[in-house]
Amino acid sequence: MSGALPVPAPAVFPETAPFWEATARGKLLLSRCEDCGAVIWYPRPLCPACGRPRVSWVEASGRGSVYSFTVVHRNAVDGYREAVPYVVAYVELEEGPRVLTNIVGCDPEAVTIGMPVSATFDDTGHGSALFRFRPA
Amino acid sequence: MSIRGAAFIAGAFEHPRREIPDRSTYQIHAEVAAGALADAGLSVSDVDGYFCDSSAGFGPLSMVDYLGLHCTHVDSTETGGSSYVVHVGHAAEAIAAGKCRVALITMAGRPRSAATARRPPTEPSPDAVFEGLWGMSGAVTGYALAAQRHMHEFGTTSAQLAEVKVAASLHARHNPNAFLPKAVTVDEVLDSPMISSPLHRQDCCVVTDGGGAVVVVSPEVARQLERTTVKVLGHGETVKHAEAGRLDLTYTGAVVSGPRAFEEAGVTPSDVDYASIYDSFTITVIETLEDLGFCEKGEGGRFVLDGTLVAPAGRLPFNTDGGGLCNNHPSNRGGMTRIVEAVRQLRGEAHPAVQVPDCAIGVVHGTGGSIGTRMGSSTLLLGREDA
Ligand SMILES: [Zn+2]
Repeated sequence: MSGALPVPAPAVFPETAPFWEATARGKLLLSRCEDCGAVIWYPRPLCPACGRPRVSWVEASGRGSVYSFTVVHRNAVDGYREAVPYVVAYVELEEGPRVLTNIVGCDPEAVTIGMPVSATFDDTGHGSALFRFRPA
Repeated sequence: MSIRGAAFIAGAFEHPRREIPDRSTYQIHAEVAAGALADAGLSVSDVDGYFCDSSAGFGPLSMVDYLGLHCTHVDSTETGGSSYVVHVGHAAEAIAAGKCRVALITMAGRPRSAATARRPPTEPSPDAVFEGLWGMSGAVTGYALAAQRHMHEFGTTSAQLAEVKVAASLHARHNPNAFLPKAVTVDEVLDSPMISSPLHRQDCCVVTDGGGAVVVVSPEVARQLERTTVKVLGHGETVKHAEAGRLDLTYTGAVVSGPRAFEEAGVTPSDVDYASIYDSFTITVIETLEDLGFCEKGEGGRFVLDGTLVAPAGRLPFNTDGGGLCNNHPSNRGGMTRIVEAVRQLRGEAHPAVQVPDCAIGVVHGTGGSIGTRMGSSTLLLGREDA
């Protein structure tokens, strides 16, 4: 649960369906290049590091730390407008990628860069879940 | 300049399938890109120019990031089905002009599958799916993320950001058309409502209707005109993106576009008399000044202290019309108005209170998209007619 934040459902592309299906089971998957080993975010079926198309799914640990954040006080996004203040952040995963997300489960003013966090999943009701992070 | 013999088509690829319900449009772009590059014996790392139509996500901003390209020339000229023929011509021009060496042109679409495929009726750009669900509110959220990280790494302060707004407001006082014509103080910026920390309302540009235009002519035409002209000296462009998830919020695409533009113009930052710097937010100016080489990386906050940006006496007078922060930001796109004020300065036609004396060299820098995700950066060096 993430308090008052909405849980919008993602647009699922054929090649990102496994990713979103995994979120519904509480798992965060990452694309990994079988040729050069690059861990890729956002997920895509080609490797932007080496240009090759042999990319497979690996499960992330769900642990990371805050790379940057902002406490949103004014907002024009449906569903979020009434949820201020809330935190939008980039979390750097243990595996390397920096992912855009929310920090939940704590006072927004308590969030700091470098803070350890772990993934949590909010059901969208459409066979997927939205990944967010809470203090570890 | 002629493009005759200046460029050759080295690779070509037609996707083998005619019904593709199991791919997004973006994946098809990637597959035809790989096919054409393989045909040419080249790889994505060889590509430095990219062309697509306007149906591909957010155009080059989405696709250069998606494909993992690093480009010094991009073009999304949209002329319907003829776009790609135009792109070949533009690519030849760009190659002839030295803007890029390997231009990749891709196109893709799925009209046959659109009605039945498991996907939303309109296909959002591939990045939007992974950035659009967490309450990013317009542009400010991404720029706030950048400002927070810049502060963390370099000790930049809100008061230093506010100096950018103060300088713009001092200029706007002299612009009768400015949306916000009143001078403000650092304290007033810091006391304005927090929008997305650490950015206050007065760290943000205005929202205005409007527009602008410029006319570019050949040297022959220019010589026949009575009106004072401004010389184009150099240009650079790039798309700076998330590098497969290793986004660095502390720099902008100006690190690529700036040096290319300065080199082409044969000038250095120390030669610049006036700077038009896209100022969507105060942090945009701080990072851009660093990346264009007006100060060291991380020193932007300290660089703008003591009236550095204030015309006419500051070391680097900037945005003397009041900029996007105070004057105008038509259609949420500020590049054109930055060009227009630079032209005024180089013609000696800025407001007398902010006209830079003996203004001979001006730099214009435009930013598109978001510093917080992926951005287009373009730097233009302009000179007085006799420069
Ligand atoms: Zn790879």
